[in-house]
Amino acid sequence: MFELILTNPFLAAVLALLALGLVFGAVLGFGAITFKVEGDPIVDQINAILPQTQCGQCGYPGCKPYAEAIASGDLINKCPPGGEAGIHALADLLDVEVIALDDEHGMEDIRKVAFIREDECIGCTKCIQACPVDAILGAAKLMHTVIVSECTGCDLCVEPCPVDCIDMLPVATGKNAWSWDLPNPTVNPSPIIASDREPGRKDAAA
Amino acid sequence: MRKIWDIHGGIHPPENKAQSLDHSIEFAGIPAQLILPVSQHIGAAASPIVQIGDTVLKGQCIAEAVGPVSVPIHAPSSGTITAIEDRPIAHPSGLDDLCIVIDTDGRDTWHQPPSSRDFTQLDKATLVELIHNHGIAGMGGAGFPTSIKLNVGEPNNIKTLILNGTECEPYITSDHVLMREYSRKLAQGIAILAKLVQPEEILLGVEDNKIDVVAGLQNALKQHDFSALTGKATSAEVITFPTKYPSGGEKQLIEILTGKQVPTGSLPASLGIVCQNLGTAVAISDAVIDDRPLISRITTVTGQAVTKPRNFEVLLGTPVEYLLARSGYNASINNRLVMGGPMMGFTLLDITMPVVKTTNCILAPTEAELPTPPPAQACIRCGLCAEACPASLLPQQLFWFAQGKELEKLEQHNIADCIECGACSYVCPSNIPLVQYYRASKAEIRQRDADMQQAEHAKLRFDARQERLDRLEAEKIAARQARQAKAAANKAAQAGQDPKAATVAAALARVGAKKSALEPTHKAPASDPAPDATLATDVDDPVQRAIARRATQQQADTANPAAALQRAVESAEARLKKARLRLTNAEAEQDNNVDAFKLAVDKCQSKLNQARAALDAHHAAKNL
Repeated sequence: MFELILTNPFLAAVLALLALGLVFGAVLGFGAITFKVEGDPIVDQINAILPQTQCGQCGYPGCKPYAEAIASGDLINKCPPGGEAGIHALADLLDVEVIALDDEHGMEDIRKVAFIREDECIGCTKCIQACPVDAILGAAKLMHTVIVSECTGCDLCVEPCPVDCIDMLPVATGKNAWSWDLPNPTVNPSPIIASDREPGRKDAAA
Repeated sequence: MRKIWDIHGGIHPPENKAQSLDHSIEFAGIPAQLILPVSQHIGAAASPIVQIGDTVLKGQCIAEAVGPVSVPIHAPSSGTITAIEDRPIAHPSGLDDLCIVIDTDGRDTWHQPPSSRDFTQLDKATLVELIHNHGIAGMGGAGFPTSIKLNVGEPNNIKTLILNGTECEPYITSDHVLMREYSRKLAQGIAILAKLVQPEEILLGVEDNKIDVVAGLQNALKQHDFSALTGKATSAEVITFPTKYPSGGEKQLIEILTGKQVPTGSLPASLGIVCQNLGTAVAISDAVIDDRPLISRITTVTGQAVTKPRNFEVLLGTPVEYLLARSGYNASINNRLVMGGPMMGFTLLDITMPVVKTTNCILAPTEAELPTPPPAQACIRCGLCAEACPASLLPQQLFWFAQGKELEKLEQHNIADCIECGACSYVCPSNIPLVQYYRASKAEIRQRDADMQQAEHAKLRFDARQERLDRLEAEKIAARQARQAKAAANKAAQAGQDPKAATVAAALARVGAKKSALEPTHKAPASDPAPDATLATDVDDPVQRAIARRATQQQADTANPAAALQRAVESAEARLKKARLRLTNAEAEQDNNVDAFKLAVDKCQSKLNQARAALDAHHAAKNL
């Protein structure tokens, strides 16, 4: 054997490569079976970024379908509740360009929740059927109400209401929800350089 | 001399403490109106238990704690409740929050006159309950309910009780005068704390700019036998260390006194340490020994815009306006009013705001004293902030990430460990408001986490709803197909006379069965199997099939009698064969039923004969 290798270096090389190929093939094959991932992980990752309002503003019936659509190549700028931050996160994940939010699908807005004016409600259950997260409580011919903590503010219950008794109200901001703003140097540029000063002030000084 | 350690960074701003130290503590008096926010502590806001128009007495509970992380609120003086409404509160946001407003009657009548109690006879649970019921929350700054911090359980691993007499922030002297004048009460409070947490050592940390109080404190501590209270060989020491801002941060003080660093994301209790504010200790003494709830505190009023800077004993809920009026406040030279110190305080937007449990200082500086921060310039990467940071963070990196809103990077750089002390902003040559960036970013991280939790919750509910809708749909389809199949089968059974209809119905039934067997599993694999099962048995029912087959055969038979007769002969032959087989088996096994089998064979034989005769007769008739 040793002599054979010495006398046929070409054959020896072929054998060595073959052996290596078999070993790596076996390792890869083993890995493919042992570490097999069920489902499509990219869809789950996209879905984790989407805000789960289930509002359908993107044109898909929920966040998961839109995540699937993005995974198969749809644009990432169709989600107004996710807003700019959501687009940035998606662009990071998918390594694509950041694009502006598509106005066609709506504008980014503050968080709101649905509120049913209860004395006007006729108990038609239409909003209950429309709610994607079962956040409306009620029964036929009985008053309905919104469970605020479950409401995602998707707006889908407003349209079907025949008596128009549902309002979208901004989420109450109290002392605990308040936070410091990020300082924005561009809003109040420092008037240190004379030419930066407002013309009115310059005149006053002169 | 006990060894002390140093902390990383820190700064030495002008102290400006002497102005307010000339006078002893002065009682501020009873203002005409007291405004008590229901949320003066961290946790759930207290819930008012009084009505507008009620007369309340001093020390009476007017709002009770809601849930475990909450404390009650008591009336600081006697009077009438005139409003329970939203008022501006002492908070950097300047927002309104629910307040109980008391118009005082000036008589200051006690609800229950303060008594005297021997705390050494009380057990721990009673002590914790007393502390909770007297509305005590941390008076250092955050306002965390003290009873929770002290409820360490039995046995506990607390080795060190630290009393924070550092008061490192410029201008503020409320703890200094407290140590100077209330050392006896303070020692009593420490004794109660020692009984509660049973430490092995008690350390009272004091910066060396308050060296005048040390002797008095040591004397006061000597009055108590801590070992008897804890059952351990407990020592109590007053420790002085060099003045540096921010030595008074809880984690910083622990490092200075013990050399231990509290790990990121954990509490001092994990190191066997409990840290308490001095004001809290005095309040505990008042509550437990004198049965006096937390209705007042010591607040420094200072700054060059007041002519009489001093420390006041202030009833909680006293408007800042009232305090300023008593200190000779000159609004014209005051550029802004700060609640708290110059480093960590916040600007008061409204001077009607009340003093609350955590208000240690009202600062009224002139423009020269505390200038408006000059506009921020670009970061020049000088690194001074990193040298000053007491938490050993990298402030300029945090600043970049905060600007770019890179929340994950901020978390990786441990923004959560920032104590917002302002040392970095103080040393920044570009005057960048660094702390504001960190505060905003922290809030953003909190918001993001809350949003993610909400999204996760919404997803679960959406998925659950989707599954329910799919299941209902599948059930509906299954039920419809079952009905169709049944109808088809019934039709087939009735349509005995029509050969074509019967075959068509049978075929329909078969197709229906196949469809229903396939479709629900394909559409909703997770759906309830029950309807499918009933459907399958319905269509696969041998009786139904037999009926259908019989119907078709009957039709065929009437069309071709010879074939029918032929089949009768064949089936009779088959039966005879079977019967004979059974008979031979039975004979071989010596069965008791051999006779019965013989009879059966005979019967089959006769039936076969009959069938053959009928067939022959038919053939004969045909041939004729």
